[in-house]
Amino acid sequence: MVISLLGLSVVVFTISRVLPGNPARMALGARASEEQVAELTAEMGLNEPLPVQYIEYMRGLLVGDLGQSLQTRNPVLEEILFKLPATLELITIATLFMVGIGVPLGVIAARNRGGLFDNATRVFAFSAVSVPSFFIGIVFQVIFGYYLDWFPITGRLSLEYSDSVARYTGFMLIDTLLQGAIGGHANAWAHLVLPALALSFGGMGQVIRITRSSMVDIEGKDFIEASRGYGMAGWLVAYKYSLKNAFIPTLTIIGLLYAWLLGGAFIIEIVFGWPGLAKYGVQSVLTTDVNALVGVTMTIGIVFVLTNFIVDLILDWIDPRIQLAGDNA
Amino acid sequence: MSIVGAVIVGGIITVAVLAPLVAPYPAHVGSYTDFANALEPPSLDHPLGTDSVGRDILTRVIFGYRLSLLLAATVLGIGVPVGVLLGLVAGYTGGWVDAAIMRATDTFLALPPLVLALAIASVFEPTLEIAIFAVASLWWTWYARLTRGLAASQRDEQYVQAAELAGASRTHIMLREILPNCLSPLLVKVTLDAGIVILTGASLSFIGLGVQPPRPGLGTMVANGTKFLPQQWWVSIFPGFAIFVLVLGFNMLGDGLRDMFDVEVEQ
Repeated sequence: MVISLLGLSVVVFTISRVLPGNPARMALGARASEEQVAELTAEMGLNEPLPVQYIEYMRGLLVGDLGQSLQTRNPVLEEILFKLPATLELITIATLFMVGIGVPLGVIAARNRGGLFDNATRVFAFSAVSVPSFFIGIVFQVIFGYYLDWFPITGRLSLEYSDSVARYTGFMLIDTLLQGAIGGHANAWAHLVLPALALSFGGMGQVIRITRSSMVDIEGKDFIEASRGYGMAGWLVAYKYSLKNAFIPTLTIIGLLYAWLLGGAFIIEIVFGWPGLAKYGVQSVLTTDVNALVGVTMTIGIVFVLTNFIVDLILDWIDPRIQLAGDNA
Repeated sequence: MSIVGAVIVGGIITVAVLAPLVAPYPAHVGSYTDFANALEPPSLDHPLGTDSVGRDILTRVIFGYRLSLLLAATVLGIGVPVGVLLGLVAGYTGGWVDAAIMRATDTFLALPPLVLALAIASVFEPTLEIAIFAVASLWWTWYARLTRGLAASQRDEQYVQAAELAGASRTHIMLREILPNCLSPLLVKVTLDAGIVILTGASLSFIGLGVQPPRPGLGTMVANGTKFLPQQWWVSIFPGFAIFVLVLGFNMLGDGLRDMFDVEVEQ
């Protein structure tokens, strides 16, 4: 894991420094004078040799200093920590949808193998992995937002609540509960439904297919036959034996998907005006704010690596047959 | 299902290649304007309607397919050979070479491709060419990993040992002995990946870092159409649906090929 993170820092550093273009010039725009550019270049330490710059950058990283945003002049870390909860809340709820809808559909499909429901689920799963997330987001907005008017289509909270809810954790669902604002809590959920559902679509297709195929694999095993032979109810066998064993490949893919959702969030946050990290990242791209962009990329990489590490730990704990790479290397 | 996929993919490729001949209004590809016919709903003259400056959307979708397929072909045309070669070397050689190549691969895999492509695309002026370069610079990693696994499993097979004993060169063994035995999983992976590359490219275009107007990128068209939702829904919805159909075709075809060759490929 440490090696992955080190490698990641090198890649991100290389992208930000070695590729052509002077970040100081880009941040100040074409009309800035040579003196202004030279001053900012020196201030950012861009005149130092590259290895020195890398060491400076790593030292900053270790103490949590990601530099200043070239746009707002605030510390990048502060801005990222302010935006991160919105994104994590979105992808966590999206993961819940992915699992909460995908696993049951996969189980039912497996138990009705070859039947109508199985085929319908198969078509749905195929469509879900093929649809662009921004397209499904727009379709949801038009249908459930404009025409049916069931859910709000942008933001995290309606105006009537947003003034009264103070920020404790940055997670809207938690903050509203902490203040006992039940109306605000419900409102936060309503804002989450469409973006989280749109974000979860691609992953849901994969969860359905993995769950189905691992259930089918398990169903043929002797211990399932045996428990049926003892006269156990079908649903009990399905839940207690099949699902538990079938869940291992599913959990692996869910861990990967949680991290992948960070990438998907870049699109969904734009479509739904969600004030999270991804929207901040795209803004920093459009305003060529190199420090902010490096911070965002690094943060996403760290979350990604950490998620995979945690999934490995959970798998290790669930299934004693799986060993971490470190155990036998 | 794989036949449906093959028909969709084949049909779209044919139409895209013949675009100048089959598109109803080839002149509408660029910065053509006809404000008298702007935002017309679907009709016989314009089956998918017209956009905000009066251009025929069907024509632009057909030419948009051209750009999407060009993106997929170029990205995979660069990424696959690079990844396959690195994977062959890593899998057949083993040892520290293997470890070094795989560490580098893992590092690239530690970021969602869209985010890394975004970072690369942001340093340059946003164009289709840069988007292709950005996506291609990441895509080799998946092939390196897949081929490495395949090559490592073949290394101790008898036919490889026979070739070694016969004094064949390492290059010969990797390219002429091992590679042909890895082709079917690779073909499945390429088909499934074409869809994902197209989705990634469309997403980059959607946030403004890919194809620039007036070029008819499908993602760009969806983004520009959102201003007219929900009343003039066709401006945005049809190009979005067009992406979906093409990607679905590739996925169905790839899945069919996977069953046919009976190989396991992670997606």
